[in-house]
Amino acid sequence: MYNQKVLDAFAHPQNVGEIENPDGEGTVGNATCGDIMRITLRIENDVIVDAKFQTFGCAAAIATSSTATQMVIGMTVDEALKLTNARVVEELEGLPPQKIHCSVLAEEAIKKAIEDYRAKKEGKQVDKSKVEYV
Amino acid sequence: MKVYADYAASTPCDNRVVQAMLPYFTDEFGNADSQHCFGRETAKAVADARDTVAKILGCKPNELYFTGSGTEADNWALKGVALHRKDKGNHVIISSIEHHAILVAAEWLENNGFRVTRLPVDGTGLVHVEDLEKALDDQTTIVSVMYANNEVGTIQPIKQLAEAAHKHGALFHTDAVQAIPYMNIDVKELGVDLLTISGHKFYGPKGVGALYIRNGVKIDKLICGGGQERAQRGGTTNTPAVVGMARALQLSRENLAENNAYIAALRDHFEQRVEREIPFIRQNGNKAHRVPSIANYSFEFVEGEGILMLLDFNGIAVSSGSACSSGSLDPSHVLLAMGVPIEVSHGSIRFSFGKHNTAEQVDYIVDTLKQTISRLREMSPLFDLKKGGTYNV
Repeated sequence: MYNQKVLDAFAHPQNVGEIENPDGEGTVGNATCGDIMRITLRIENDVIVDAKFQTFGCAAAIATSSTATQMVIGMTVDEALKLTNARVVEELEGLPPQKIHCSVLAEEAIKKAIEDYRAKKEGKQVDKSKVEYV
Repeated sequence: MKVYADYAASTPCDNRVVQAMLPYFTDEFGNADSQHCFGRETAKAVADARDTVAKILGCKPNELYFTGSGTEADNWALKGVALHRKDKGNHVIISSIEHHAILVAAEWLENNGFRVTRLPVDGTGLVHVEDLEKALDDQTTIVSVMYANNEVGTIQPIKQLAEAAHKHGALFHTDAVQAIPYMNIDVKELGVDLLTISGHKFYGPKGVGALYIRNGVKIDKLICGGGQERAQRGGTTNTPAVVGMARALQLSRENLAENNAYIAALRDHFEQRVEREIPFIRQNGNKAHRVPSIANYSFEFVEGEGILMLLDFNGIAVSSGSACSSGSLDPSHVLLAMGVPIEVSHGSIRFSFGKHNTAEQVDYIVDTLKQTISRLREMSPLFDLKKGGTYNV
């Protein structure tokens, strides 16, 4: 069902884990649907220097998390905001149609983490209780 | 190491079965309905196969109809009876944990004007007779409850359920596809009107099943065609397959108790280790009433497809009840009906053992499974939260 590139990304995921005191963090998805993704970012001068993920989900969700974190490292936050799930799927050379929705999570988690970074930068208090794990 | 632990999905054909089938592909290829000697030879083989299966099931040969699969037999039983008896009533009862062959056939009936009741099950997957009694009414024409469940292995009280159905004038069908490999079944003793079996679950060939229809039960045809199967099921008889299924069923009755004990011992060893060595799990099924082959576990905080694939990378073949691996987005209807929380059901795996498994293989599965689960949990934000004590599943 999966191509070799997806299988490799799932079998050898990169950037697994959590950055301590991250500059930005984003969690999306819910357990009922079967996938949750959490991304933490280290950002210096608006450039993403490190990204880590934790994912509860299927092989496609894990592969896209890994690939998306690899893609955003080195990007400016503006560039990273433009990263679409379609680009991540392209990087993986395709996903089965019923698995495309899994790749949306990575895009959303990165966007949320950058929003969190910008909010922190602007000195806004981020209410952690809003992070939902339904 | 390559380990097959998916015997509930299919079993390898016994070599003796293959040998019994081979002549009917080449030398004895005649159409069993042909009037010449080629046909007569084949017809004799089909008749012998029917006698063999009928004898094992405790019915008359003319009560046994060969089909192209268990799914076809299930569809035929449910739709055929419901349609034939539609003047009596339009109510059909099934359990909520049926195989898709019954589940989707019931949906079809529903879309065609029938009323369908899906019986609940308890936390172990058991249907309770009282629930059937409550659901039966004077419109009920057929009740179908599977003998043993394909995902968790729970064995239903078929005799009592059939009695309850009969008291209300309803016919009773059971899908015995997962039960027949491990249980001696006498249809008269069991008291069912219709019963389904499938060849490839007991080391026989794929693409062949059978439906027992008690003499006196009227049923509409599903497949219209020639005069095969007493003009009730059209289509040239698949002689090699029915010969193979009969031989496989015959072989499966030899040493049945010993084989069951062997498989149950492997399964029990597996379960003891899993329950001792892997935390945050849920065992699914009824440990007192189940077939010896199936072990079903939910592994919290992880998703079934990932488990299945990592095991597959290590040569281990199992089955996942998770949505993601089947292509649909809904998790197992069986586990949900049993009350398994939806987020837990996503991480469920069915291990089903067979007579070719060894204790060494079982240990290899557990060792690999332990690594797999902890690896996926290390990746899971849910497990991280669990460790931190801020998330309650």
